[in-house]
Amino acid sequence: MDMPFLSPHDTDLGTPEKISDQQVSLHIDGHPVTVPRGTSLMRAAALTGLSIPKLCATDTLEPFGSCRLCLVEIEGRKGFPASCTTPAEEGMVVRTQSTQLAQLRRGVMELYISDHPLDCLTCASNGDCELQDMAGAVGLREVRYPSIEHHHLTAQKDDSNPYFVYDPSKCIVCNRCVRACEEIQGTFALTLSGRGFSSRVSPGESQPFMASECVSCGACVDACPTATLVEKSILEAGQPEYSVVTTCAYCGVGCGFKADMKGTEVVRMTPWKGGKANEGHACVKGRFAWGYATHKDRILTPMIRKHITDPWQVVSWEEAIQYAASEFRRIQGTYGRDAVGGITSSRCTNEETYLAQKMVRAAFGNNNVDTCARVCHSPTGYGLGMTYGTSAGTQTFKSVEHSDVILIIGANPTDAHPVFGSRLKKRLREGARLIIIDPRRIDLVQGPHFKADYLLQLRPGTNVAIINAIAHVIVTEGLVASDFVNTRCDMESFQAWKAFVVQPHNSPEAMEPVTGVPATQVREAARLYATGGNAAIYYGLGVTEHAQGSTMVIGIANLAMVTGNIGKEGVGVNPLRGQNNVQGSCDMGSFPHEYPGYRHVSDDATRHSFESAWGLPLRKEPGLRIPNMFEAALDGSFRGLYCQGEDIVQSDPNTQHVIAALSSLECLVVQDIFLNETAKYAHVFLPGSSFLEKDGTFTNAERRISRVRKVMPPKGGMSDWEVTVALSNALGYPMHYSHPSEIMDEIARLTPTFSGVSYDLLDRLGSVQWPCDDQNPEGTPLMHVGSFVRGLGQFMITQYVPTDEKVTPKFPLLLTTGRILSQYNVGAQTRRTANMAFHSEDRLDIHPHDAEDRGILDGDWVGVSSRSGNTVLRAHVSERMSPGVVYTTFHFPESGSNVITTDNSDWATNCPEYKVTAVQVTRVRQMSDWQKYHQQFDEMQQHLLRPGPEQMTPS
Amino acid sequence: MIKINQFCFCSISYVVHSCNLKYQNMKNTQNSLPPPSLPEQEGRVVQQSIDQWMSAEGPLLPILHHIQDHLGYIPPASIELIAHQLNLSRAEVHGVVTYYPHFRREKPALRQIVVCQAEACQARGARELTRTIESRTGCRLGQHSPDGQWCLESVYCLGLCASGPAVAINGCLHARVDHDRLNELLSPGDLA
Repeated sequence: MDMPFLSPHDTDLGTPEKISDQQVSLHIDGHPVTVPRGTSLMRAAALTGLSIPKLCATDTLEPFGSCRLCLVEIEGRKGFPASCTTPAEEGMVVRTQSTQLAQLRRGVMELYISDHPLDCLTCASNGDCELQDMAGAVGLREVRYPSIEHHHLTAQKDDSNPYFVYDPSKCIVCNRCVRACEEIQGTFALTLSGRGFSSRVSPGESQPFMASECVSCGACVDACPTATLVEKSILEAGQPEYSVVTTCAYCGVGCGFKADMKGTEVVRMTPWKGGKANEGHACVKGRFAWGYATHKDRILTPMIRKHITDPWQVVSWEEAIQYAASEFRRIQGTYGRDAVGGITSSRCTNEETYLAQKMVRAAFGNNNVDTCARVCHSPTGYGLGMTYGTSAGTQTFKSVEHSDVILIIGANPTDAHPVFGSRLKKRLREGARLIIIDPRRIDLVQGPHFKADYLLQLRPGTNVAIINAIAHVIVTEGLVASDFVNTRCDMESFQAWKAFVVQPHNSPEAMEPVTGVPATQVREAARLYATGGNAAIYYGLGVTEHAQGSTMVIGIANLAMVTGNIGKEGVGVNPLRGQNNVQGSCDMGSFPHEYPGYRHVSDDATRHSFESAWGLPLRKEPGLRIPNMFEAALDGSFRGLYCQGEDIVQSDPNTQHVIAALSSLECLVVQDIFLNETAKYAHVFLPGSSFLEKDGTFTNAERRISRVRKVMPPKGGMSDWEVTVALSNALGYPMHYSHPSEIMDEIARLTPTFSGVSYDLLDRLGSVQWPCDDQNPEGTPLMHVGSFVRGLGQFMITQYVPTDEKVTPKFPLLLTTGRILSQYNVGAQTRRTANMAFHSEDRLDIHPHDAEDRGILDGDWVGVSSRSGNTVLRAHVSERMSPGVVYTTFHFPESGSNVITTDNSDWATNCPEYKVTAVQVTRVRQMSDWQKYHQQFDEMQQHLLRPGPEQMTPS
Repeated sequence: MIKINQFCFCSISYVVHSCNLKYQNMKNTQNSLPPPSLPEQEGRVVQQSIDQWMSAEGPLLPILHHIQDHLGYIPPASIELIAHQLNLSRAEVHGVVTYYPHFRREKPALRQIVVCQAEACQARGARELTRTIESRTGCRLGQHSPDGQWCLESVYCLGLCASGPAVAINGCLHARVDHDRLNELLSPGDLA
């Protein structure tokens, strides 16, 4: 069933694919070849199985024509053209081998090797070196040129980057790394310094990599044909034996990766060229920061304890599962069936999430199941569901290649979704126009070879005001796509919406005092979005994590409909989802009111189908959402929680409230790979398994279902899905699955939008975008073509209501939160990798004016207080925010970023308002009271973890 | 040395053309410049150079020339300023600056002597002339003199092949530089 092991070495066709309606036929070395017009001779030859020697060419980069190794002869033409830069033409007769070509190539190779160390046997790339291969291919036997002082054989290595080494002595100056940094990653951190013989690859201004703009994506390392740029893990472990294709477990881009393996040890993760979400690119997290999976902090044995102040007792799996099950049953016996619930994980697979919600609904017998999407994209599900009929983005990532105008709202793709950020930057370099709506000057505002046309730097919490103002301009200036609206949308709802947005209070001028954005800029940006061609909207948590998060999503959906930007390539509404499987966890029925496929629990037909498949009656009343669980815990009616792979203590807002709720539980079962912040309040700890230790699927932000493949046995003995099965069995609701594929088969049977999905299909296609059913047997890359899923698109009125979280003399600044490139979410993974070299603490970004008012200098310790609590961080004085706005990340538990955030939340979905908290910032000298408590509690919990002599053996 | 020169040209022309094309689209986003760590006077010259040439096609080379003409070198701290305002990376500007030997990255000495080392001047005694200058100034070719007064650089052709050997002192050309002429040129105070 699984894909066979692959060779770690990809086939390289030399130059990128060219798409053309026209085909040309030619002869290469006597073989007839037909290729699309524009295809290089090198690629045409490779497609027929002939390999022309090459060094500077690779099929991920545009041809460059510098190495002079790929020369060929063409009948009727003089000279020896480079096959990488020469397009195939009709009727050409090409020779790739001749005596003269052999002499030329050998001569070129001799020059290369004259300045290259001959240490192949001890070289890290031995066995994976194109230079070595080419020396063999051209038959190099001697180098007549002596080593001279200008040579680079003694050049110093740069090992400043934690993940790879740059050894200039091995560089052949083929420029592939420089081009990869430019064409693929779009950072332009590398160049060639100098000229002639002295030219060398230079990061930044001939600096170490870590001092340059390098973002450690690894594209240069992938591109390098020698050992000049090589992973430290390969230096240490040697070349991999085989590779297994799997999917990254970090953000919602869902990059395809090859796990390069030696036995059951991962020696490298390389981006998979066949991965449709990433097309062979990666970022620092997926490419390099996988060491957490085998980190010594992993907890590999089940543990139980009666009270959270007791030492942990190491027990067998069976005892832990039995204990957890008996506690849940005891609690239900005492407090009622609804006194327990579960939280599913956006880090786990679809199959595991499906089982977790199934266990809650079937074994617990209630609908008290929720997921971390509650705190991120639940408004997306609501807003897009109401307006379009599906709770997901409308496009593929590749669609951005057809966009003329890109509107980014409340998202920071180059940090949070870096691989998509690179694809987006590529389109900007090709000339697409860019509008950014964000309180911060994110990196996409300006960078090498791109600059946003408009940055609408609004006050946090005024999203809806600005989207209404944009809609006002489009409607009042006659920019409505009438044909689209008339044929595709519900006209009654459109008329009502139109009457609403044209009201003067929605004009950019009227909203200017609210948003802080000059009306002229709003008008110009609105015109550009409406008239600039294919316009696509990409948005992130800056849209959803507000009191009006759902309203804003609806506002975005309205905007795309009124301009006709739905249902074709290059347009659409695209939520950038945070975690690897947050889309999937929502799809799999993790919400208390929805079965898999977003069908309400009160819908009789749906419920009956699950009842008959699962063999028991199910409840038709929605269960508790996460915030309701906390409230119910505090009022005593909710006493037991099964929490799989989510750190609610660190990630949910108003930490002290969360802690109070969890502390009141009688049984908290945490299933995770680490003793995370939540586990410190747990009574049962069940070891989780990393993405390398299980089979399954993840679904990314473009609805793409991709396989996760097991490359090593679970370190704790059980995959996460096996743990849920065991717990369900112990609760008296038996589950029988021998492989996750059987779980997917059940999902497909019970969920119409997944009815065509199977592991066989995924192995065949690589990945598939839902809906995948009889009508779309190979999935649906583009949604809402021809008509909306709900039929007619529904306009909805989006009245701007200011948030309750207002600045006051006591709390005069607005805090907004986010994440940065090298750390991920609560940091449980990335903090346990060398990514700490890039970002080792959360800092509070504060504008120079606000800093000066408070006597704060860069690096000072500052107290941040809100009506929820206070914490202490170091200040980073920065002009990224407007005056009056401060910003921080939440990657480190000791920062207590969420001690400050409040329990304000979205009116429709309870998604917390992380993005707006009124705060005061002052210089301080010591930790906050909460931080002191956290430090003491953490020390105590670490102490309770250390096994005493009597606890060494499982009882 | 096939492997070297070609791609340098490629990358430079890419930089020069694309930065100009991109610049046309930009408006309305206020730049907050990275704080330049340049001395005030140098910073002013750099900013003037950028302002003067930014809207030209392929502005990078004219800007670099303008800076060097006024400051005698390209201050390393100016790279970030130029890169930011031209929407280039520091690496790209660095690549162009280091590609051309004409651009200096260090403050030049008070007197900069450039001696032609090309064939016609060699035939007219440029090698001997170079040695003489080295011994007179205490400054080796490609270096600064220990007292910081002189720097001696080579060039391949000043366009005076018919009247070699040729030198340029502080940018001023001198032909047929024989022993006497050299004495005049190197005399204190004569900075041409």
